[in-house]
Amino acid sequence: MNRSLLYWRAASFAVAAGFVGLWQLIADQQLVSPVFLPGPDRAWASLVRGFASGDLWVKLQGTLAHMAYGWLVASITGIALGAMIGSSRTMRSYVAPSLEFLRPLPVSAIIPVAIAMFGLTQGMALFVIAFGAIWPMLLATIHGFAAVEPRLYEVARSLHMSRLAVIFKIALPSASPDILSGMRLSLTVALILSVVCEILAGLDGLGHWVLLSARAFRSADLFAGVILLGVIGYLTALAMSMVEKRFLRWRSSGH
Amino acid sequence: MIPERVKALLLPVATLAILEIWARAIHLESDSLAPPSAIAIALAEALRDGSVLAATRDTLISAFAGLLIGGAIGLAFGIGLGIFHVADRLMEVTIEAIRPIPSIALLPIALIALGFGYRMEIVIVGFACIWPVLILSRAAVGGIEPRLIEVSRALRLSAADRIRKIIIPAALPRIFLAFRLAAGIALIVAVTVEIAINPIGLGAAIMTAQQALRPDLMLAYLFWIGFVGYLLNTGLVVAQHHLFGPAALVRDSA
Repeated sequence: MNRSLLYWRAASFAVAAGFVGLWQLIADQQLVSPVFLPGPDRAWASLVRGFASGDLWVKLQGTLAHMAYGWLVASITGIALGAMIGSSRTMRSYVAPSLEFLRPLPVSAIIPVAIAMFGLTQGMALFVIAFGAIWPMLLATIHGFAAVEPRLYEVARSLHMSRLAVIFKIALPSASPDILSGMRLSLTVALILSVVCEILAGLDGLGHWVLLSARAFRSADLFAGVILLGVIGYLTALAMSMVEKRFLRWRSSGH
Repeated sequence: MIPERVKALLLPVATLAILEIWARAIHLESDSLAPPSAIAIALAEALRDGSVLAATRDTLISAFAGLLIGGAIGLAFGIGLGIFHVADRLMEVTIEAIRPIPSIALLPIALIALGFGYRMEIVIVGFACIWPVLILSRAAVGGIEPRLIEVSRALRLSAADRIRKIIIPAALPRIFLAFRLAAGIALIVAVTVEIAINPIGLGAAIMTAQQALRPDLMLAYLFWIGFVGYLLNTGLVVAQHHLFGPAALVRDSA
């Protein structure tokens, strides 16, 4: 079984390699103008060159930093606010409907407001990314707290647990699958908003890099940047799902 | 006992009232905030001269065109990969390599290839809409009761008939759900592209209002964009209820 899985994987990689080969062929035959579509060889060379000179490193770190700070701020405030709202029935019935109304708002619409408040600064980017990334976690935490098995709350009452103890010992663990999947969703949001903020505010990062490359028609550099952004998206999602599996191991083994 | 509806309205109403009083008390002069009454007046004015509606039309055209194109591609691949497991396993690495690219990263590529306007926005929205539809419709087709497929074999239906008469009807509720999610994404991506770079639609309008130092108009647009998002989402949820009944919703959330 394991072995056949390995073969499928290898075959799947071969197919992907075939597509890259096709891309090379199209670029070599110049079926699409090389101004728009560099071959994978040129994109790769640009990646190597960018890392060797250190330019791309700086941009990569910039984007990762924007993403990580915004996401961390959003995680902490989102879970704290969500716990506050979710653990009380009164708060839920007063606040949750407003949040539901705000949820479908395209979060990037807050960018002009943030620019008016903070100017084209790092603070603006942090605010926008945190504001955008908070929603999945906030709503997931509220939902997770609301869906805790009621008998667990009865147990807590009969044990005379304090509200904090109830939150940390019962509600948070029980809501953790919701919260973790919310955190995974907001990682994607944080990456997208980082790129947008870098494009708009000219902050050091891959968003700025791809825009400058496009303006100068350096398509190889542009593709190198896009590939790196894809790698960030892939690796962060992978890391998050590994964390999720590890954190939730007790659930599958416990019951 | 206060009824739930009143409770739900209390927070927004109180916030607006406090903002209004505060803004009047300190004679607010700001580039980023405006009293709610000024926002309402700006919105009414922009609605009357038609600029809001024109911008909404531009945004919605791009969002829906992208949704249709991306959704169609995603649906075709989703159904294909759901039926042919071999193809699904062979394409896995390719799909997993392309999917995590943030749609907005394609913006510079679309910009140099297509220039400003509807086309580049539609391409980016389309790219973003492919994935949720592909993933969910693939899962929907994969999750069809195997006996239905057996029936179609026993009836010797052709491949086209099998897709048309068995697979699509059986997977339809979840495919609709996929399109509902993709519609939300389409609106978000469209507005984001407009804010970042493309000079059409609601996103460009809100950026212009900000640059013109008109916080009242900017916040009016913010409210309007939220309102459009809310209407779209609510409309699709109602449609889903109406078309597939509560059973579809329960099964989707499970």
